[in-house]
Amino acid sequence: MQSDNQNVDRIDVSYVAHLARLHLDKEEIESFQGQLEETLDYVRKISELDVEGIEPTAHAVSVQNVFRADEERPGLNREQVLENSPAHNEEQILVPKIIE
Amino acid sequence: MSLEIENLDLQAAVELLEGGSCSSEELVHALLSRITARDSSLCAYLSVDGDASLRQARDADKARASGSTAPLLGIPLAVKDVINVSGDSCHCASKILEGYVSPYDATVIGRLRDAGAVFVGRTNMDEFAMGSSTENSAFGVTRNPCSIDHVPGGSSGGSAAAVAGGEAVAALGSDTGGSIRQPASFCGCVGLKPSYGRVSRYGLTAFASSLDQIGPMTRTVRDAAALLEVMAGHDERDSSSINMAVPGYSSCLGEDLRGMKLGLPKEYFVAGTDSEVDNAVRAAVEECSKLGAEIVEISLPHTDYAVATYYIIATAEASANLARFDGVRYGHRAEGVINPIDMYGKTRAQGFGAEVKRRIILGTYVLSSGYHDAYYLRAQKVRTLIRQDFEKVFEDCDALLTPVTPTPAYRIGEKVDDPLRMYLGDVFTVPANLAGICGLSVPCGVSSDGLPIGLQVLGPAFKEENILRVGHAYELARANSKNG
Repeated sequence: MQSDNQNVDRIDVSYVAHLARLHLDKEEIESFQGQLEETLDYVRKISELDVEGIEPTAHAVSVQNVFRADEERPGLNREQVLENSPAHNEEQILVPKIIE
Repeated sequence: MSLEIENLDLQAAVELLEGGSCSSEELVHALLSRITARDSSLCAYLSVDGDASLRQARDADKARASGSTAPLLGIPLAVKDVINVSGDSCHCASKILEGYVSPYDATVIGRLRDAGAVFVGRTNMDEFAMGSSTENSAFGVTRNPCSIDHVPGGSSGGSAAAVAGGEAVAALGSDTGGSIRQPASFCGCVGLKPSYGRVSRYGLTAFASSLDQIGPMTRTVRDAAALLEVMAGHDERDSSSINMAVPGYSSCLGEDLRGMKLGLPKEYFVAGTDSEVDNAVRAAVEECSKLGAEIVEISLPHTDYAVATYYIIATAEASANLARFDGVRYGHRAEGVINPIDMYGKTRAQGFGAEVKRRIILGTYVLSSGYHDAYYLRAQKVRTLIRQDFEKVFEDCDALLTPVTPTPAYRIGEKVDDPLRMYLGDVFTVPANLAGICGLSVPCGVSSDGLPIGLQVLGPAFKEENILRVGHAYELARANSKNG
């Protein structure tokens, strides 16, 4: 971060929105651009700290390898799952054609 | 009988029901009338199902007649719109989940249901719990019951307004960076964020999975203890929940604080905090000292980096969690799309509000190739430093006393176009989530404008009994000094 400050300084909102699968209109891109740059300017203050040798924290209370017995148990049935889908038939969720 | 439902706390409601002086049906009926009369001005609820709640109440009355002594039998609760209740909508105050009906109960709902609770309605919130004012709801702005021109705080603003406004005996909220404690402080009720892993997150729609917790919002600290007792405990459906015995929180409460050592973090008593807030919190500290606690000044040196760290980690996790809202399995789907990629982009554009979009973009950016190490990884390391700050002071202190927020509630519209300014208001609440410790917000004063001020009590991880003890003794002393 110290060495590549030039690259870090500007977020390309329309490109990142594409990565996040969000269609933004022109006005949104413009207003988000300024707001997000301001937020990024602020959060970059964490670069002031020396974190050499500090382990990252992913979860505050770390638990690893939580296993349960591999036994069959009831879950939601197909009707319950399909019920919430915006487009479905009796057996499956319908989506637009993926392969031409 | 005439039931003053707007002044009824949970314990009093339990006593009324157990003593037979009113039925759950009467209680719920009175509550529904109150909601009908009041909620058009507060907008605390997104939906209330009167018939279903009366049905649950009648079932509770029948169970009591057959000898049931479940601890919350017939008690009506309000639920934040982010927690799944089987057969109810769960929209997370977002258009993208319109039409969604939960096919299952969250674990906390199942536990409360088994304890006899009745679920009355769903409370308003910032969309997907992202915000500090409940102005980011897709379904209307909730108002502060103490002053309807002011925000109730957020994201659990609907739950706080319902409890403080006499439209709920108690409610559930969720807290990712202060979303229980801050609205409790703004509205003048009690809010508890449990330690990470204390309460199951199964059935809570995820915002930031390493920070989220469900907690109670109540009229009194005793009520929060009573609810937490039922809600807490290990759940194999949430592998981050910890398998550790749950203390009887209600029996840990007492009238004094003798033998307790309470720390005042100097980084939480700084210029920039409203002087009325500062004065009210210092007076509360003095009261705790009179109750027998030893007060010591301590330091949490990385406090100033908490908001920056939080907004990197929380948005990164949110961008991943909210990827599931793609128009395929539930909720809204855009029409007139040409392929799945087009469907995702348009569905999400139509379904999400501005703040959710900003956070998804920020979170995607800090995780993206070339920026991950500088933002996300570095923030996780700073999170370690913040966690260690707390671990160190809790070697010596039983709990810490701080303000909940730098100011009382602000006016509706005042910060809505300035996200960074809104984020900076979370300065005293986000560190607890990053460190995984527990925190309680208790009313400790009222500003000259009539707006509530909250005292935050922070405790070590899995020591909810400490903060409940401090909060309860302080609350009693404050009530006595007001009456005396």
